[in-house]
Amino acid sequence: MTIEAEPRVDQRRVEALRTTETGGGTPSPPLAPGLRKRRPAWMQQSVLTAVAGGIIGYLVGHWLGNLIASNYANVQGNGQNDVAISLALAFLVLGWLGGAGVLNNPLAKIFGRELPSGVPRQDWTRYFRFTLDHKVVGIQYLVAVFTFLFTGGLLAMGIRTELLTPTSHFFGPSTYIDIVGEHGTIMMMMASSVVVGPLGNYLVPLMIGSRRTAFPRVEASSLFVFCAGYFVILTALPFGGFPTGWTGYAPLQTQGAGGMDSYLIGFAVIGLGMILAGFNLVVTIIHFRAPGMTWGRLPIFVWSILATCALLTLATPTLVAAGLFGILDRTAQTAFFVNEHGGSSFLWENLFWFFGHPEVYIMALPGFGIVAELLPVFCRKPLFGYRVAAAGMLGVALLSFFVWQHHLFQSGIDPDMRPLFMLTTELISIPTGFIYLVGLGTLWKAKIRLEVPMLFCLGMFFNFLIGGVTGVFLSDVPVDVTVHGSFFVLAHFHYTIMGGGLFAFFAGVYYWTPKLTGRIMDHKWGKIHFWAMFVFFNLTFFPLFIVGLLGQPRRVFEYAGNLQIWNEFSSVNAFLLGASFLIFVGNFVWTIIINPRPSPDNPWESNGLEWQTPNPVPFFNFERIPIILDNPYHYGEPEPVAVADMGSGLVGAGVTQSTPQSARSSEPGPPL
Amino acid sequence: MASALTSPPPDPAAVRAPGVPDGHHHFLWMTGTWLVLMAVGEPIIYFVVGPHAPPGTMTSEAAGAQFDFYVLLMIALPVLLGVWIYLGYAIWTWRASRGGPEPVIGPHSWGHLGIEVGWILTTTAIVLGLFTFGTYELANADGAGGGQGANPLFTPAAHKILAVQVIAQQWLFTYRYPSFGGFETSQLVIPADTEIAFHVTSLDVVHEFWAYQLGVKADANPDYDNIAYTHTTDQLGDFTVRCAELCGIWHGAMYGTGQVMSVPDFMDWASSNEKVLAAATKLLPPFAWTYTPDANGADGGYYPDNRDPYSNVEIYGAQKANP
Repeated sequence: MTIEAEPRVDQRRVEALRTTETGGGTPSPPLAPGLRKRRPAWMQQSVLTAVAGGIIGYLVGHWLGNLIASNYANVQGNGQNDVAISLALAFLVLGWLGGAGVLNNPLAKIFGRELPSGVPRQDWTRYFRFTLDHKVVGIQYLVAVFTFLFTGGLLAMGIRTELLTPTSHFFGPSTYIDIVGEHGTIMMMMASSVVVGPLGNYLVPLMIGSRRTAFPRVEASSLFVFCAGYFVILTALPFGGFPTGWTGYAPLQTQGAGGMDSYLIGFAVIGLGMILAGFNLVVTIIHFRAPGMTWGRLPIFVWSILATCALLTLATPTLVAAGLFGILDRTAQTAFFVNEHGGSSFLWENLFWFFGHPEVYIMALPGFGIVAELLPVFCRKPLFGYRVAAAGMLGVALLSFFVWQHHLFQSGIDPDMRPLFMLTTELISIPTGFIYLVGLGTLWKAKIRLEVPMLFCLGMFFNFLIGGVTGVFLSDVPVDVTVHGSFFVLAHFHYTIMGGGLFAFFAGVYYWTPKLTGRIMDHKWGKIHFWAMFVFFNLTFFPLFIVGLLGQPRRVFEYAGNLQIWNEFSSVNAFLLGASFLIFVGNFVWTIIINPRPSPDNPWESNGLEWQTPNPVPFFNFERIPIILDNPYHYGEPEPVAVADMGSGLVGAGVTQSTPQSARSSEPGPPL
Repeated sequence: MASALTSPPPDPAAVRAPGVPDGHHHFLWMTGTWLVLMAVGEPIIYFVVGPHAPPGTMTSEAAGAQFDFYVLLMIALPVLLGVWIYLGYAIWTWRASRGGPEPVIGPHSWGHLGIEVGWILTTTAIVLGLFTFGTYELANADGAGGGQGANPLFTPAAHKILAVQVIAQQWLFTYRYPSFGGFETSQLVIPADTEIAFHVTSLDVVHEFWAYQLGVKADANPDYDNIAYTHTTDQLGDFTVRCAELCGIWHGAMYGTGQVMSVPDFMDWASSNEKVLAAATKLLPPFAWTYTPDANGADGGYYPDNRDPYSNVEIYGAQKANP
C-alpha cells in the first residue's frame, strides 16, 4: 500500500515569490497577503535608525580595536590606536548601512526568506529611507551632493582666508593643512557622483524608456555608502586631521595621525559606492533600453553617463585596493608603501593616479553630456555631429587609463616613459575637443534662447577652454618642470572641474528641476546667480595661474610677500564666489520648497523622452514601455517628427505642441 | 494623432529671418576679427610676455622652459581667440529675440562631414606637432631640468659635471658636495657656466626640490637618487628654493635661497668649507647616493627598528671587565 505523500508547500513563500516584483512586468499589489503587516512609519528603518546604527557600530568597533590591539598598535607620538580607529570606522559604516535597512534583503536571502515587496509607502518619509525607486534615490543624492559641495565650499573659504596674508596666520599650519586635505577630499568625493548620483539615477531610466534601473537595491545601497563616506571623512578632524592633502602620498601617509585612517577608509568606502553606482547604470543602459532605443538614438547625456560609469566601475577598484593597503600598513604592520621595509612609495603614487586620472574624467564627462544634451534644446537645432560627440566621450574614457604618469613627470620614476605619457596626455585633447566641435557646430545659425541653463552651458564652454588649454601646458614636460605642483595646476583643475563640471551641473539642475520636483526656479535670480558665479569664478582662479607661474607651490600656508596682492585679490573674489551660491540656495529654497512655483510639464519644449512623462512621474515611470521611433534632436524640422510611441500616443517635435498630454488619442499612431 | 502629424507648417520667416546673411558672410566677419586680434596678440606675447615669462634665463634649462612656455602661449592664443570670437559672435548674432514667432525652429543640420573630418585632422596635427616639439625640447635640454630618476635617459655631453646632492627632510634641505670631501651644508652655492647634476634624495617622506630660477624640479624620494641636470649661464645671484610636494604641516615653511657664484668664488667657498667642516664631515654617515631612512624617523617609531635584538643582553660566558 502506498501512501500519497502530501507535498509540503510553504504557502507564505509561494505568495511572497508570486508577488516579488520582477522588473518590466506589471506593478505588484501593494502588500502580499499572508506577510506580516507593515509597521507604522515612525517604527520603520530610516535615516534615524541608520544614525543610531552608525553610533553603536562606532562604539563597538572602537571597543573591539582597543581590546585586541592596544598592546602593540598604539602609535608612538600621538597616543592613538590605529586599529581601534579603523575598526570603529568600519563598524560605523556597517552599522549605518544595517540601520538604514540596506542589509535586510541580503540577510533575508541568506536565511531563505523574502521581504515584503511592491509599491512602498508614497508619503514624504520615503525620502528618508532606503528605497528602490530610482527617482527618490536621485532626489536623495541631490541633497547629499549639495551637502558635500557646501561643506567643501566652506573649507575653501577657510583656505582663502589663511592666504590673505603671506606670513601672519588665521589658522596654525596644522589646522590649515587639515582644512586643505578635507577640502580636496570632500570635493573629489562629491564631484565623482555630482552628476551620476542625482541626475544619472533619476534621468537615465526615464531617458531610455525603462521602468527602473537594473539593480535598484545596489543603486540605493550606493547612496547610503556615499553618505557613510561623508561621515567617515569628517571624523578625520577629531582624530587630528591628515597632513597629506587629498592625494595621500606615502610615506607621509604612514606617518600621519589618526585622521589618516579616516582618509583611507573614507576614500575606500566612497570608492565602493562609486563602483556600485557605476555598474548599476552601465547594466541599465546596456540592458534596459526600450524597444527601438538603438545606440544611434540614445540621448547624448546617456552616452556620457555610460562612459562615466564604465570609468567608475573599472578605475575605482584600484583606489579601494590602495586604501586597503594603506590601512594594513598602518594597522597590521605590512609595508606596501614603506621603502625601508621592501615596499615602495612609488606604489601608492601609481595606484592612486591610476585611479586619480580617470577620476578627473569621471568629473568632466557628465558635464560634456549635459551641455551636449541642452544645446539642441536651447538652439532649436539638431545636435551637430552626434556620432562625433559619442565617439569623443568613449575616446576620452578609454585614453584616460593611459595618462596617469603625467602626474609623476619629475618624480624620477621611469624617465623613459615621459615622452609616451606626454603623447597620450596630448592625444586625449583630441576627443575632448570633439565637445567643442559639437558645441560650436550646434551654435551655428541657431536660434539661441539665453535661458538660465543655456547661460551655464555657455559659461562651461568659456571656462573649460581655459582649463583645457592650460592642460596642454602641463602635459609638456619642459613647461611642467616650472608649473608642476604650483598654483598653476590648482587653477587649471579648478577651471576644468569647477568651471567645466560644476557649471554644467548647475545647467542640469536649473534645466531638470521642473522634472525632478514639478516646480521651476526663478529665471531672474537664476541669471543673477549665473553672472555672479561666472564673474567671480574667473576673478578668483585666473590670478592663481599667475601666482603659480611666479613660483607659489600648492598647499603652503606662507608665501612670498610680492605675491600678496594677487592672493588677496583672489581671496576677496573667492568670498564673493561663495556668496553667489547663497543666491542659488535662496532661489532654490524659496521657489521649490517654501513658495512652490508650479512648472509646465515641458517648460523648455524639449523632445527628450524624460519630458514626455507626466509630473509627478508615476512610480513605474511609463504606463506602457514606450517604443522609440527616432532620436530626440529633431528641432530643426518644420514638419512634426514623432520620436516615441508612448502607448497613449505619439510624442516628438511638433507633435506634443498640438496634442496636450490629456487629449492624446489612445490608438497607436501610423507607422513612420 | 493624425492631425498632429499634419499640423500647419510654421511660417517660413521663422525658419530663416529675412536679411540674415549667408554662412560665407559670418565666416568672413569671424575670421577678420580673429586676424586683427591675432595681429595684436601674437607680437605682444613674443616681444613683451616672452622675455619676462617664468622661470627666467638663469640656466639654459630655465631659458628653454621659458622659450617652450611662450611658444605654447603663441599656439594657445589662436585657439582661445577662435573659440571666444565664435562664441561671442554666435551669441550676439543668433540669439533669439524675445517674443518671436512660436515655435522657433533653427536650421535643420545634423552635421557636416567635411567640417568634422577637417576638425579632427587639424587637432591631430596640432597635437602631434606639440608632442614632437615637447620631446625635442626635452631631449635637447638634457631632461629639461626635471628629475629623471637614478638612470637618466637624457644626459649632458659636458665633460665636467659638478654633482650636488640635495637631501630633503622634514622640513629643510641640506646639500652635500661629493667632489669636496662630501661636506654637508644648508647653503646651496653653485658655480656659473657649469653643468650641474642635482642628486635629489630624502630621509623621510616625499618632498620636491624646486629651484625656481634654475628651472629645476625633482621629487625627493626616500631611498632613491633622483637626478636633474641644469647648465648655469654667466648670470650670478640668488635663486629661490622651495618644496613643491606636500610633506607635512611645515611644508609651507620649507624654503630658502641659493646662490650662483663665479667659478673662482665658488672654488674658494667650497674648499674653505671643506676644511672648516672637515671635523663635522667625519661625524656624518659616509657619502652615498641614498641613505636608508631611520625606520623610526618617518613613522614615529611605528615599525620595529632594524637593530641587534641581543644588544642589551650580556654575552654568554663573557668575562666581566674589572673595574
